[in-house]
Amino acid sequence: MSRALIAVLIQRVFSVFLVGFGVLVLVFALLHLVPGDPVDAMLGETARPADREALRERLGLDQSLPVQFARYLGGLVRGDLGRSLYSDRAVTEMLAERLPATLELGLAALLLALSLALPLGILAALHPDGTWDRTAMGFSLLGVAVPNFWLGPVLILVFSLGLGWFPVSGRDAPGSLVLPAFTLGTAMAAILARMVRSSLLEVLGEDYIRTARAKGLSPATVVLRHGLRNALLPVITLVGLQLGALLSGAVITETVFAWPGIGSLLVEHIQRRDYPVVQGCVLLIAMGYVVANQITDLFYTLADPRLRERT
Amino acid sequence: MKLLAGARFSALIVALWIVLAVLPAWMTFTPDVIDLPQLLSGPGSQALLGYDDLGRSVAERLVVGARTSLLAALGVVAVSTLVGTFIGALSAYLGGRIDQIVVRVIDIFLAFPGILLAIALAGILGPGIGNVVIALSLVGWVGYARLARAQVLALKHREHITAAISLGSRDTYIVTRHLLPLIAAPLIVEATFGIAAVVIGEAGLSFLGLGVQPPQASWGSMIRDGARYLLVAPHLVLAPGLALMLVVLAVNRLGDRLRDVMDVRGGRRGDR
Repeated sequence: MSRALIAVLIQRVFSVFLVGFGVLVLVFALLHLVPGDPVDAMLGETARPADREALRERLGLDQSLPVQFARYLGGLVRGDLGRSLYSDRAVTEMLAERLPATLELGLAALLLALSLALPLGILAALHPDGTWDRTAMGFSLLGVAVPNFWLGPVLILVFSLGLGWFPVSGRDAPGSLVLPAFTLGTAMAAILARMVRSSLLEVLGEDYIRTARAKGLSPATVVLRHGLRNALLPVITLVGLQLGALLSGAVITETVFAWPGIGSLLVEHIQRRDYPVVQGCVLLIAMGYVVANQITDLFYTLADPRLRERT
Repeated sequence: MKLLAGARFSALIVALWIVLAVLPAWMTFTPDVIDLPQLLSGPGSQALLGYDDLGRSVAERLVVGARTSLLAALGVVAVSTLVGTFIGALSAYLGGRIDQIVVRVIDIFLAFPGILLAIALAGILGPGIGNVVIALSLVGWVGYARLARAQVLALKHREHITAAISLGSRDTYIVTRHLLPLIAAPLIVEATFGIAAVVIGEAGLSFLGLGVQPPQASWGSMIRDGARYLLVAPHLVLAPGLALMLVVLAVNRLGDRLRDVMDVRGGRRGDR
């Protein structure tokens, strides 16, 4: 590894910490954004004064803001995110229990999006304004406009209730991953397909592609080895940016399919006004996004020699 | 009009959306009236789009939903465009320490998946359309701030700005009269795509039960309520979903046209 590359790495790690800390502060601030008293919001205005005091003490709300923040950070370092107000279970334990399902769903949706977007985008770029191009761009337009809380029920209607191919909800039955993954992955596939197309079209117009063709390489080699390799760089960036949308989308998709992940945990506990759990879920998803984004950035730097040299 | 060439259908959909949203003010309209014998009955001669699980007309509730989404979209886009543009433009114009802080804050907000932050905010603020507007605006201003900042950075060393400064114009005057008019085009395009994003965002929050409360209707809450009767009355889910999709497609299409007509390069779409 060159010295420049190490410098880039250190810079990246530093920026992860900085942005991560900002996200921590924002999540901490969430609880304090409640207009009026968060205890009122949780217990309702009719609660007994003694119960209020007990909850206030338990959440540490009787302390000053800096002390509260220090406690929150201290707990975080020890992996302690507080306990659920509803079930009295440790939030970390609840998150750990639900995380695998969300990772499984997210990964499946990502793979699905890539395996739809790459062929569609490539075919569209090879025949601009042809049938494939129109199909791909039509799909891309629709995919962005169809919200997943509607696509989910429609897929259930057709493939579960109508054809009986997949289970309606849950995670236990075989094939239960298919519909949620489709619901979550479609929008990303649509956005990526458009990007693959425009990026590949641009690259295919470059001089070195003409040279590659002129020296008699097969069209497949030209497109896949010379074209796609360079066209994929912006696509990788977009994948990183879209991970956030994917994670947010997981909240809604998990709710539609009663998929037992972090997203449905979040929604269940928002309805119960169980703030420690809400805070934990938001923190985990946001941190996951920050880290994923930085990894994408890093990957990008490693993949593009020009960026390595610049610093 | 050049804008409408090739986007007539989209313009029609958007016009219809706006008309439906303001229509109820002038006609007898009963979206909350319950007609029990019609419970869950499908589209037919009685009502264009059938009835819901409480025996209310789906068509009339769709109209109420149109108003909810239009109000939310206008509210959020107005607030976040104004606030974002103001912060972004001023930060770039003033530069220095203030600009550094603003950039950091923008980075942190961007590090947050947008809808997640809106869900958390709406959940903590409590349900209601007002809180939906607050939550989506708190998330939405960042995009406009970043755009306005980048635009002003590119423009602030132009001659006419230097001239204005040397003539002794006040900073606010320079920003509002000499900079804002020049950066308006990309912001208007961004705001158009923003409308589509807010329509989906509001419906999503209402779908999660964080938006409008009954008996008010939103296309999102209609989809959530209808999902329970998917097998017996699919029209409850299909109708609001199609309305939502048509509006989002049409607004995005108009945004594309606007971008071409105003000759704004780049721009993002649907990445929320």
